[in-house]
Amino acid sequence: MVGEKSGGWGRAALLDNPRVRGILYQVGLCVAVAFAAVAVWRNVADNLARNHITSGFGFLDQIAGFDISQTLIDYSVQTSTYGRAFWVGLLNTLLIAVLGIVLATILGFVIGIARLSRNWLLANVARAYVEFVRNIPLLLQLLFWYNAVLKALPDIRESIPIAGIALLNNRGLFLPQPSFGPGLAWAALAGVAALAIAFVWRFIAQRRFERTGHPLPVLVPGVILVIGALILTYAAVGGTIEFAFPQLGRFNVSGGVEILPEFVALLFGLVIYTAAFIAEVVRAGLLSVPRGQSEAAAALGLRRGQILNLIIIPQAKRVMIPPLTNQYLNLTKNSSLAVAIGYPDFVQIFTGTVLNQTGQAVEVVLITLAVYLALSFATSAAMGWYGARVAFVSR
Amino acid sequence: MSSTGETRTFGIGITEDDIFVQSQRLPVLPAPVATTGPIGWLRANLFSSPLNSVLTLVILGLLILVIPSVIRFLFIDAVWSGTDRDACLGGPNGEVGACWAFVRERLPYFIYGSYPIPQRWRVDLFFVMLAFGAGWLLWLDAPRRGLGAIYFFIIMPICAYVLLNGWPLIGLPSVDTSLWGGVLVTVVVTTVGMVASLPFGILLALGRRSSMPAVRILSIMFIEFVRGVPLITVLFMASVMLPLFVPPAWSPDKLLRALVGIALFSSAYMAEVVRAGLLAVPRGQYEAARALGLRFWRMQGLIVLPQALRITIPNIVNSFIALFKDTTLVFFVGIFDLLKTIEVARVDPKWATPVTSATGYAFAAVFYFVFCFLMTRYADRIEYRLARAERR
Repeated sequence: MVGEKSGGWGRAALLDNPRVRGILYQVGLCVAVAFAAVAVWRNVADNLARNHITSGFGFLDQIAGFDISQTLIDYSVQTSTYGRAFWVGLLNTLLIAVLGIVLATILGFVIGIARLSRNWLLANVARAYVEFVRNIPLLLQLLFWYNAVLKALPDIRESIPIAGIALLNNRGLFLPQPSFGPGLAWAALAGVAALAIAFVWRFIAQRRFERTGHPLPVLVPGVILVIGALILTYAAVGGTIEFAFPQLGRFNVSGGVEILPEFVALLFGLVIYTAAFIAEVVRAGLLSVPRGQSEAAAALGLRRGQILNLIIIPQAKRVMIPPLTNQYLNLTKNSSLAVAIGYPDFVQIFTGTVLNQTGQAVEVVLITLAVYLALSFATSAAMGWYGARVAFVSR
Repeated sequence: MSSTGETRTFGIGITEDDIFVQSQRLPVLPAPVATTGPIGWLRANLFSSPLNSVLTLVILGLLILVIPSVIRFLFIDAVWSGTDRDACLGGPNGEVGACWAFVRERLPYFIYGSYPIPQRWRVDLFFVMLAFGAGWLLWLDAPRRGLGAIYFFIIMPICAYVLLNGWPLIGLPSVDTSLWGGVLVTVVVTTVGMVASLPFGILLALGRRSSMPAVRILSIMFIEFVRGVPLITVLFMASVMLPLFVPPAWSPDKLLRALVGIALFSSAYMAEVVRAGLLAVPRGQYEAARALGLRFWRMQGLIVLPQALRITIPNIVNSFIALFKDTTLVFFVGIFDLLKTIEVARVDPKWATPVTSATGYAFAAVFYFVFCFLMTRYADRIEYRLARAERR
């Protein structure tokens, strides 16, 4: 009997056991992946050796020797290293991503709310905007803004003066550059103190609101407080502001701050494109709040603006955060299209110029991937934290 | 009851002096505010409040500012025929519109790139085959859709490869991929992305939900890794690292590298779309399939995937739209898709005028808009149809 039974549990039965099969499949998969990885690794080593390309990250300490048109930190052609160029590019990407996210969110909310407006014309103009912008590739829009709009501006000799203080031409927008005297540190200190006071005030207002239900203004007094503290302290310690106005030369503009047309085109393109998607997210979020909520609010006598701000948006936020996070990630990733119009972002500087100069494709691409994964992760984490904060608290 | 003398009584102790009786006709009130008809519509939809009235007027002003000048540029002042840039330099008063003559002359280049002129019928045939397959699959009530899927995913890609790349043995001279360009490349890249992304996306989505940890972890790593980085870096990786990954003899050509990059990228996104569909299939369906004794692949193939894919068709179409727009990025790895051919043509001295760039971009915008818009409408219709099926 026993012998017969164990005969029945033969090899076929063992293979029919889901757990055994699962383990076999996984071992097979891991072996295949490991085999492929080793093969790739050996090919890479062979190919690099054949082409006499060094490996390792030592190149980051070498002198870069190329110029960058927009640098937020000190950078010079003669002395700065590839490592420095890395940071310059990363900061340029962050600048465009942060500005783009803020502006696209504002524009997207305006258009998303406009799409639900009772004003027929407004709703349809917003709808046409969304349909039009969403269905045209971002790269095409960027090229249009850069080549057909900004590069078509008059050249330097025929610069367009704006209000007598700024100049606009096909090399960019030239704004007056403020320069501050000593005492800026004191003003900054006062600003930080004012900010702290504003946060304490916010806490007090929140407590009072929860106890009595009476809201206290927070944002406007806070902003006035901080700006007032900055200006008053600076004036009190005798600080001065001087503006260096852009001067039109024969071949060049001297003085002033230059905003590159590449920067403007990229920012415009990203904001306009992403705002169309954010508008759809906002619309879906607002529609997800049950009608009864706005009807109840209207029955309580709230005005339309109040209904939107106090009832609808706080509830819609929870629905909107995950898709909004996706759009922020898309915007950050799309900023890499800067390459097309020559804005010195991370990809243009690092994955473009540095890779071409050093030929160290593996290291450069790995660093690029790591940077974007880190940016994506940081954005997701920040939005996750915010999402948890506004999440529905069940009591 | 009784009315004796002047004073009428209305009950106990109430006289005519105590109550008021209207004896004169009141003036006729104006008709109520119209709520129907054109005036009513205007009032309700455009001028319902002071703020709305202001908004309406501002928007009308902007539209009046923008639309006529766009129409004038695109149609009225446009130059429709000509042989070189002189036609588009504008009249004596400097009014110049879109240079459609440029698009007309360069249209073959925009469609075929540098594909040899005597061989272009092959490209046309490819377009027809593709349109046939796409129509078969997109028409939901078409006969034999299973056969359509086999045609689209297996037969057509092989035929298209032979047709476009050439096979001297059967009399089709081979055409190097560096000569391909324009709409042809845009369509090839999009189609390869679609055809590759569905099977790989389904496998990755199943892998991500697998109970086997090694399969799950590898799937998640691949999906999140590709989705976390920009397409441009995936393409760079494919174009600079792929040749390093294989022995030099196998080194893939430029177009193939880009296609690999696009296929990897679209598979990762498709995996998430399919996963959303899988999540929407009720647990009971899995349990019932298991109870019937179906094994994993039959359960997925016969019970789960048909339902999951059906639910998620609108999302699949949307990710195809995204893919179609994303194909413009092959631009960066030296491939001549439609946008790149326009970029090349617009700086050609033969046609260089102040309006050439804008005209070229307008042409590309119309091309992309029409296709994306039609696909969006299609996705909406499917969504409506599915919703109707749910309501039943």
